[in-house]
Amino acid sequence: MSGFATLFYKEVLRFWKVAFQTVGGPVLSSLLYLVVFSQVLGERVRMFGEVPYTAFLVPGLVMMSLLQNAFANSSSSLIQSKVTGNLVFVLLAPISHVEFFAAYVLASVVRGLVVGAGVLAIGVWFIDLPIAAPLWVLAFGLLGAALAGVLGLLAGLWADKFDQIAAFQSFLVLPLTMLSGVFYSIHSLPPAWQAVSRFNPFFYMIDGFRHGFFDAGDVSPAASLAFVAVSLAVLSGLAIRLLARGYKIRT
Amino acid sequence: MEKRYGALRALAGVSLQVLPGEFFGLLGPNGAGKTTLINVIAGLARADAGHVRVLGADVSSEYRRARRLLGVVPQELVFDPFFTVRETLRLQSGYFGLRDNDAWIDEVMHHLDLAGKADANMRALSGGMKRRVLVAQALVHKPPVIVLDEPTAGVDVELRQGLWQFIRRLNGDGHTIVLTTHYLEEAEEHCQRIAMLKAGRIVALDTTRNLLASFAGPHPADLEDVFLHLMRKT
Repeated sequence: MSGFATLFYKEVLRFWKVAFQTVGGPVLSSLLYLVVFSQVLGERVRMFGEVPYTAFLVPGLVMMSLLQNAFANSSSSLIQSKVTGNLVFVLLAPISHVEFFAAYVLASVVRGLVVGAGVLAIGVWFIDLPIAAPLWVLAFGLLGAALAGVLGLLAGLWADKFDQIAAFQSFLVLPLTMLSGVFYSIHSLPPAWQAVSRFNPFFYMIDGFRHGFFDAGDVSPAASLAFVAVSLAVLSGLAIRLLARGYKIRT
Repeated sequence: MEKRYGALRALAGVSLQVLPGEFFGLLGPNGAGKTTLINVIAGLARADAGHVRVLGADVSSEYRRARRLLGVVPQELVFDPFFTVRETLRLQSGYFGLRDNDAWIDEVMHHLDLAGKADANMRALSGGMKRRVLVAQALVHKPPVIVLDEPTAGVDVELRQGLWQFIRRLNGDGHTIVLTTHYLEEAEEHCQRIAMLKAGRIVALDTTRNLLASFAGPHPADLEDVFLHLMRKT
């Protein structure tokens, strides 16, 4: 196995060893959201004309869990390794900064997709959910997880302490995901808030992902995919540059 | 080589060559620059000026080759709490691109008296045992140059003896050893040549024998006398 493959394997093994917490926990939280909202709103609210609210909600919850967990994987692994000092074992090895980047981000993608698939499986079990365009689902799932993984990597590089990661998660990732249209269509918002939502990259990921299920959304999926792809390219470029400089990991 | 941290000159023009197969000691008080020097050699820190080569491989421009030639035992007792000893050593082998390295891993564990703990989680090990795993991790890829940053700090007598026996054997097999330690009797016993650092500069660089002979005191000198004399004088 190459250095990259081993680091990727280690990062996957790391969350898989505590899957109860890293996979089971997020799936359970999403199930609770689903149960509560389906009880409160259930059949009374319809989205995009005739889509029941609970069916509308499932793709949003899948994407929210996927993004939050992809972020959590790279950020928590990196900050733990930095704080405990065991990152030194990777830094001493002949692993390039691009391999380092790819291993952390791909492992985040795997965790995001595993959690997302778990939430989707439970959603499909309870609710009749169409999948109109599976390729959109796959494309947004993959790119969304990668983007969240890169954000997690950047946060992990920047942070010196666990509470900085927690702040990043609570004050940036959580609001951006919760206010991105997981629970509503942005067309139900006042025009000013609709305009604000269009600056939120998470909105495009969730809207495009949902488009894959219902063939309907707030913006064109191609435009959303382009936005996500460009964001991913820009943030990846930044992360690779910082890793090449050894930002906060090599003195 | 020079290295600054803000206003601090951690390495203020250090130049030295360690010969292949040598057992070399880097001594100095806390803050002298020993660990900074090791970090630059290992690629964990970057020199502001100068170059470091490991058996001809530049640690910056040829970092892959340089890191394959180098095994470093860090000073801090660090470990990954998610894994067992064997998993830790297999992962470390994988980082160096080595598959099916179990025969060598078993041999290293045997020599470091770790075989009985192969399947124990790293969290469950005592400090001494964790130190042995650090040594084993540095050796998984059979590096020709081994750097030990205070390998016996906080280690009991039995492990210390076992560790030195193993390191001497590796040195006998042709591995170059670079050692930092505050236990000067260990340096005196094992090192053929010694560099003494103070405030980022080399204040002495010679064979252990010459350093001892250079000290003119009222009684036969040991390395501690030489060390204290040099640190007070310079």
